[in-house]
Order: sequence, then structure tokens, then C-alpha cells
Amino acid sequence: MSKGQARGIGFAGWGRTLGAASISLIYFFPVLFIILTAFKTRQDALSWPVKFIFTPTLDNFVAVFFRASVEGGAAEATGFGLYFFNSLFIGGTSVLLALIIGTAAAYGFSRFPLRGNETYLFMILTTRMMPPIIAIIPIFVLFRVFGLSGTYVGIIALYTAFNLPFSVWMVKSFFDDLDRDIEDAARMDGSGEWRVFRKICLPQVYAGLAATFVFAVILTWNEFVFALMLTSPQTRTVPAQIVRTIGGSMGVDWGLMSALETLFIIPVVLVTFALQSQLLRGVTFGTIRR
Amino acid sequence: MSATQSEIRLRDVTKRFNDLVAVDAANLTVAAGEVVCLLGPSGCGKTTTLRMIAGLEYATGGDITIAGRRVNDLPARERNVAMAFQFYALYPSLTVEENLAYPLHAEALPRDEIARRIARVAKVLELESVLRRRPHQLGEGEKQRVAVGRSIVRTPTCFLFDEPLSRLDIQLRQTMRTQIKEVLERLDKPTVIVTHDQIEALTMADRIAVMRAGRIEQVASPHDLFSRPANLFVASFIGTPQMNLLAATLLETAMLADGATLARFHLLGEDISAVVDQSVARLPPGSKVTLGVRPRGFELVAPDADDALHALVDLVEPMGAEMLLHLLEHGTDLRCVVPHTTRVAIGETVGVVCKRGQLHVFDEAGILVQ
Repeated sequence: MSKGQARGIGFAGWGRTLGAASISLIYFFPVLFIILTAFKTRQDALSWPVKFIFTPTLDNFVAVFFRASVEGGAAEATGFGLYFFNSLFIGGTSVLLALIIGTAAAYGFSRFPLRGNETYLFMILTTRMMPPIIAIIPIFVLFRVFGLSGTYVGIIALYTAFNLPFSVWMVKSFFDDLDRDIEDAARMDGSGEWRVFRKICLPQVYAGLAATFVFAVILTWNEFVFALMLTSPQTRTVPAQIVRTIGGSMGVDWGLMSALETLFIIPVVLVTFALQSQLLRGVTFGTIRR
Repeated sequence: MSATQSEIRLRDVTKRFNDLVAVDAANLTVAAGEVVCLLGPSGCGKTTTLRMIAGLEYATGGDITIAGRRVNDLPARERNVAMAFQFYALYPSLTVEENLAYPLHAEALPRDEIARRIARVAKVLELESVLRRRPHQLGEGEKQRVAVGRSIVRTPTCFLFDEPLSRLDIQLRQTMRTQIKEVLERLDKPTVIVTHDQIEALTMADRIAVMRAGRIEQVASPHDLFSRPANLFVASFIGTPQMNLLAATLLETAMLADGATLARFHLLGEDISAVVDQSVARLPPGSKVTLGVRPRGFELVAPDADDALHALVDLVEPMGAEMLLHLLEHGTDLRCVVPHTTRVAIGETVGVVCKRGQLHVFDEAGILVQ
């Protein structure tokens, strides 16, 4: 915040800030509660009334990755290291692929409309209209037939396909908003179509690509149903494993669950914050002229 | 390169968008070192004509020749034409320096040659201090100069400008006008400027092509356009305040002792005589004509003078050194510009005559009789 704004904040300003803070607290409370629980011992986590002041422990986080052996002896790995890697790898790769293919398609739809352009765009959109779970049986069968079940290639291809319609539509809207004169100027300056795209159009939509990237990452990171059905123990993602961690003979281990979830939201939070300024420009694209 | 080689030539150039004829058989030649303005109201086809020369639109008929080569089928990037856009169209993600370097990419020049050219252009256009900035950090005048700079950094066959000054404030406009003119004079290439602002056209152009509804109505020097408008449209479009156009009947013509032609007209219920172009004598008596007189072509005389129009002063608009009078006669508004020292009162009757040589006669079809 600039100095001028800080000085200019008056009574009404404080009021607004306080109001915003309390509303944020209400929305953020469940997340806060999870983060607090992640640092509690089992006794603290289950105590009533809820403890807000307690001695924090990292035991839960350790337990995410290493489990004490039932027979005693050395702790064994839970496999969550692999699952986190899988989530990052599968999510990142599929979102990047969807973004690359989607950007190319969006540029084509925007700049070189086909006969029936709108129809094609609508068809792409319709694939997002039905709940994906409707297609789960055919997809399951297809994966079995083609040997894609439980492979990285299979799940990455599937997530890429899921992210594509969204990427195409969103990126197209950014291309649509660009000033065509700038491209004409580049053509007059001797540029071919590839150079116009690469040097002139693409840099202008970086903010939009970042926004699309974040939205797609969040969607993919949280995906559960297909991950549960179509991954093997080697390619399993975090959401598909969390569900297997709930319950057990001792009841739900809330501390462990919370630690898992806390770790799970960190990458998304990091990506969102890293791209925050781009994201803001991306989602307000077209409303604010630079 | 000889003069004939670097000219732009349009022959019957036509552009149709489905049923709409945007440009209708335009013929125009722009010589090397010449500045031609396409002037007309919005939607008259002037920008489309420019874009066809640029290669951003394809002509549906006719021939476009640049430097002796028919370019109809060449894409924009192969025409080597420089164009400055109305909204500058600077590359937003590149710095000023990179913007200026962009057109040189196609020529595959060595690095130091590129640097040398940029330095030269930056010096001419006073852009040295902003080379590292991006377009959104520039003022309007600076953006305009970068746009001009980008078009002169290489050696194009011709220059095109689309409404180059429309976004600048009046003061900046005058400076830029002079600056652009200076730059263009040094380059000795054909230049086409599109504008709807006649002051811009009159001050910058060697010749002006007035367009209406896709047709070029007249191509002439600013002076000729003003003093001999080819038809009623050009007559009313060029000049502020607008030319007075009055319906009249030609009564008779006579030859004066000094060889000039004197014509007698009936208009606004009065008969007046005036010296006209000798070609008016060819019209038969009784012909319906339109008389055109510029507001500065009128002169006030005594209210009881003979051979004058007699009108009521309806409104007086001060314009600094001059005054614009609105006179009323038979429900017709006559606009008349007189020195500000003239003493007139609203409601008063004045006599009005046309200064010698200031009367334009248009025939029934609206074409100048000449």
C-alpha cells in the first residue's frame, strides 16, 4: 500500500477494513481450524471445549510420511511422498499441455475462424456441461482396453482433455480483446503469421494465461473421482489417497487428516500467490484498459 | 530510384463487402515526394482505400501499383509499405527501442547497423530519453513519435498514415504536423494520409482526394479545392463556415467590355447580377442553377443599394478578428463573415453583394460550370 493511502485511511477506512477482516475470518475459519488441528496432539484435537492455545507438535506432519510399525521397530514410509509427487507431476503436466494446446486452438478460433466457428466452440463447451462422472464407465472401459489404467499417460491425457475446453474458451476471450491494429502493424513491418503470434499476440496475453493456469491447476489438483478409479498405487494422487487414510480401527485421526490437508493446500496457495498480480490482471481483463 | 518507379497508382480500385461497395473504382496517383490526403466523412471508404494500399484488405477489382509493381496479390509483409495507425498500434510488450527495431528484423541487418538506425531515428524524433520505456509509460505525443519512428526506421516504398493527429490536443497537433511534414519532405517518398479533419488535410497535403460514399469526388491541390470545388458535395464539405448554396434561375448573360462575363440571376425573390466564369454563358437562359458563395465572399453594402440581396441580421457570432453574421432572407440563412469592426445590429436590414470572382455556379446536376 502506498504512503498516501496509508495516511488517508480514516475512520470509515478502518471500519471497512474491520468489516472485511471479520467476513474473511468467517470464510477462512474452517481452513484455520484445520491448520490448528494439524499441530495438535490427539488429545488436544479431541478435547472439548476447543483449545485455541496448546503446545504445538509436528508429530502429525511426520506421521503423514512415516508410520510407526505395528510390530515396533523402524518407521515405514506411507508413500505420501510419492503421492505428492504424482499430484504435482500429473497436475502440472496436464495443465501445461492443456494450456499449450488450448492457446493454439484459441488463437485459431479467434483469428482464423472456420465456417461454423461458433458451432465448434459450442461443441467444445458442451463437453463441460455434463458431470464428468456420467462418462466414467465408458472411460474406465476405454482405459482397460487401451492399457491406460493406472499409467501416468492415461491420467495426464484425461486431465488434459478435461482442462482443454476451459482453456480454449478463456484464452480465446483474451485474444479476442486484443487490438487488431497492432497485429496489422506487425504484418506491415514484415512479420509472418507465426511471428505475429509469437512476438506480438502471445506476450499480450501472458496475464490471461497465468489466470487460466491457476484455475486449471486448482480444478486438477482437487480432482478425486477419476483419480480414485484410474490410478494405480504407483500413480495415485493425494486426493485419492486421503480417502484411504480416513477411518481405521482407532477411529478418525483428526490430527493426521488435518496435517495432510494443510500440506495439500500449500502448493495451490503458493501458485496463487506467486501469480497474484497476473491473476488479478487476468480476471479483470477487458474491464481495465492498460 | 526514379520518380515514376516509386509512385503509388490506383486504377479503378474497387472493394466490395458482399453487397456493400466500400470503394468504387478509385483512380489516384501519388508521386514520389508527394503527400496526398484522403479526406471525407466517416464511412466514405478512405480507410478501406488506405488498407488496400497497405495490403491489409484485398481489392476486389482494379490494380494497385507501388513502385511500378502490381501488388494486388502480395500480403502486407511483402509490400514494404510503412503505416502509422490511428491508435499508434505500438507493441505493448516491447520497449520503445524494441518497437523501433521490430521492422528491421525482416531485413536481417547486423546488430550495429540496427543500433545505428535506431539512434538516428531517436535523434530526429527526440526519443532518446524514452528508449527503455514501454508504450504505456509514454505520453500521447511520444507514442505518436514512436509510431512515426517505426515507419521511417527502414526504407519503405511509401508511407501511409491513418488519422495521424486525431488523438493529440490542439497544441501538440500543430507541433506534430510540422514535424511530420519535415520528416516526410526529407524522405521523398509517396505518402497517403487519411483524415476527416480538413484543416489537417489543407495544411499537410500537396493534393487532396475528397471521398464520398466510396467514390473519389475530386482530386486537387488545397487551393484549387477551395477555389474551384468540382461539385456541390465538395463545395459544402470544404471550408468553414460552410459555403452558402442558394437555388437560383439564370436570367441572361452578357459580355462586359473587359471580356468578363456578367450574368443575371433570380434568387430569393430578387434579381442580381454578378461576374461569373465565361462558361456560364453556355447555359440557356432560364436554367436552374445553384450559386455557391463562401461566407468570406460576401460584402456588406448600404441597405438601399441596387443589385444586391437585402437581408435581415438574425444572429451575430464573434470569431475574434472576424464576425460570423447569420442573415435571413425569405427564410434562407446566409452565412457571412465580416471584419469585427463592422457595425451591425440584430434586426437591421443590410445589403449584401458577392465579391468579384467569388461566385461559383453549379448546374442542375450539381456540377461546377467551368
